[in-house]
Amino acid sequence: MQMSEMKRRVKGIITDPNLSFHQRRHYLAALAEESLPYPSLTKEAEQALADGVINDLFEGPAPYRARYILPDYSLFLKNGSEHLELAAAKNLDEALNSLLIIYTQVPSITAFPVYLGDLDKILAPYVDDVSDDELYNKLKLFWIAIDRILPDGFVHTNIGPEDTRIGRTILRLERELLQVVPNISFKIDDATPDDYIKDAVETVFKSAKPHFINHPMMVENLGEDYAAVSCYNSLKIAGGSHTLVRLNLKEVVLRHKADLESFFTTTLPHYAELNAELMEARIRYLVEEAKFYENDFLAKEGLIRLERFSAMYGIYGLAEAVNLLLEKNNIEGRYGHDDYANQVSYRITRSIAKFVEQRPMPYCEGYHGRAVLHSQSGIDIDIEVSAGTRIPIGDEPDMFNHIAAVAPHHELFVAGVSDIFKVEDTAKRNPMAMVDIIRGAFRQGMRDFTFNIASNGFVRVTGYLVRKSDLEQYKTDGSRINSTVFASGSEDNSHMSQRKPKRVLTIERQPVRS
Amino acid sequence: MIAKHMQNVLGQLNDIEKFSFVDGPGNRFVIFLQGCNFNCKVCHNPYTINDCIDCAICVEPCPENALFVTANLNIELKQELCTNCDICIQVCPYDSTPLSRTVTVEEMIAQIIPVAPFISGVTVSGGEATLQADFLIALFSAIKAEPKLAHLTTFIDSNGSASLKVWERLLEFTDGTMIDLKAFDAGLHRELTEFDNELVLNSIRYLWERERLYELRLLIIPTQNDKQADLIRTARWIAKLDRDIRIKLIAYRQNGVRAEFLFDEADKAKMDWIAEIFRNEGLSRIELVY
Repeated sequence: MQMSEMKRRVKGIITDPNLSFHQRRHYLAALAEESLPYPSLTKEAEQALADGVINDLFEGPAPYRARYILPDYSLFLKNGSEHLELAAAKNLDEALNSLLIIYTQVPSITAFPVYLGDLDKILAPYVDDVSDDELYNKLKLFWIAIDRILPDGFVHTNIGPEDTRIGRTILRLERELLQVVPNISFKIDDATPDDYIKDAVETVFKSAKPHFINHPMMVENLGEDYAAVSCYNSLKIAGGSHTLVRLNLKEVVLRHKADLESFFTTTLPHYAELNAELMEARIRYLVEEAKFYENDFLAKEGLIRLERFSAMYGIYGLAEAVNLLLEKNNIEGRYGHDDYANQVSYRITRSIAKFVEQRPMPYCEGYHGRAVLHSQSGIDIDIEVSAGTRIPIGDEPDMFNHIAAVAPHHELFVAGVSDIFKVEDTAKRNPMAMVDIIRGAFRQGMRDFTFNIASNGFVRVTGYLVRKSDLEQYKTDGSRINSTVFASGSEDNSHMSQRKPKRVLTIERQPVRS
Repeated sequence: MIAKHMQNVLGQLNDIEKFSFVDGPGNRFVIFLQGCNFNCKVCHNPYTINDCIDCAICVEPCPENALFVTANLNIELKQELCTNCDICIQVCPYDSTPLSRTVTVEEMIAQIIPVAPFISGVTVSGGEATLQADFLIALFSAIKAEPKLAHLTTFIDSNGSASLKVWERLLEFTDGTMIDLKAFDAGLHRELTEFDNELVLNSIRYLWERERLYELRLLIIPTQNDKQADLIRTARWIAKLDRDIRIKLIAYRQNGVRAEFLFDEADKAKMDWIAEIFRNEGLSRIELVY
């Protein structure tokens, strides 16, 4: 970057009336990082990166903190922290106070923590002698503090699968407060009572949260101690993901010049490896150059452990890839609607899953030395390319056929899929119908998904929430909530409002501020 | 057990819906049968009332040429050409549709099986489902006999005009019913539906006594069945039966209704007022749909 260009961009950030002080400081730091050279890549990988066939989701060229960090908050509350000069929590007040403190100290790409802990579990030791009213009042203040101190849609907590007083209170607060933060994932297994799921469904109708997680499936892949964080990335607690790089399947297909068969034998493996190369370079920089895991207090105090980390290998644009591939070969069919097109899509995801499973990745002992596959849900600069393995917005078939089309992908994506199903407004009067569908979807091997109901006050694209009213307001006034900035772009670029029930895109850093 | 000769009975189908949130408890697979014995002025899907008489009036207007006349002078549909534009339904002068077709129980079971993990049950609606009681019995008993469908409940959405003898046969395989009560007043019922309501009231009582009345539905049509005195009498009759009956008060909407029978739509204020009348008579489980 030329110095004059650097100055121009610094000035642009400093004088942007739509950015708060914290947002300006955040972008200035990103700009400073951008002045460093990228970790060394092969010419081919460099080109693919420049062309957007592979990308690092604007993590920056010199990674100095892991992208997704899931501290072991139970351990923190039990032992306290020397670095933070906090003793072990003895009661609920101390636990909540300590948590609010440590949340501000957890590194991430956005500068806000992507994980707040499975709050129903980590707070369980402190609520036995707390009355229902007290619990409600204390959690309410805590909830408001989280939203105001950590104004970022990627801040995420988990509840379930056990039915708990804390979990029930959290759902009640969600329905009452209608905050953007925190996002919530709800773990479900066969023992989770219908009535608790119904409570969660009724919360979705009001606040577009929580997201639903197939708990037994996650446990099988990641063990008991996992959580869904940020934009529905499932990772190990006390670990996380060094980085998230992603492969744009649409761009891969655009570079393929021959028949269908050779796509699987040459073009796809070629770019799949370039994405892995990018990932490896970034991991090595983070671990070996920045020495993040040697310096951060979370690691020093055992709240995160390098051996619990892996890295997320993302893909997106599957729908466009399939449709273009068929078109090139003069085959009729459309992803999500025609069986042959769906079969091609499964073949693509299975090929990539097989590649990722065979490709060793350094410092990924959290997942037997391999990256974890993720259906990446998109960011606001994605134009005419669908999130992850999703069927394009506005082109979704009816719900049954939608589930049937996408379900076979889910087992492959250990680090999360986050499909979204649009639901008719009539579901509001019959929440048990949603409970039926959730149970059915998990029985059919779905890993995680969300419903979108037309009439609640939130817009969602992929991972996080933004209030529709905030979105309107941002264009003129700026917004207090960090991620509204990102959603504003996604709404303009990919016609999010066309989705009958809505959702807003996930992005973790405003990519370009020119 | 079901008699052998009934296993091959055919149903006259209008359409199916794989996921429905409004036809009984939980998510349900809904089968809409063709043909109704009522001729309700405010019918929202009048094309389900009569069977197709193969008059061929709809063949020419079909923009996709999806309809054709067979050698036997029947109307048939080339399914792959149909775009569901519904022009055939709009031009039909006999309140029918060329899209209706006969189906076997076997075919219905095959369609339900892949959906079964996602639903609480199957509801048969219409048209008037009980006019095809033999098909219902064959279908429901087949559902109960199929291990993959054993968890499903079987429901009927009906105008309540079936005789008690028919209900007696149906109830062996039926877990619940949703019954419409168009009007409690006999004269008004006749005016709205061209049918007496004696059988309807008997059905409601009979089904309630046998604990198969899941829900009573009242469509509120402004200027037709929304007079206070009528509503109070209706509410009192229901309350005498059971104050805890689940009652759905549905606001009349113009969509789908034949042009000559359009009335004003019922608004929220009207529906709230009617709900209050019902509550004043002691009825506790009132749901409003508008």
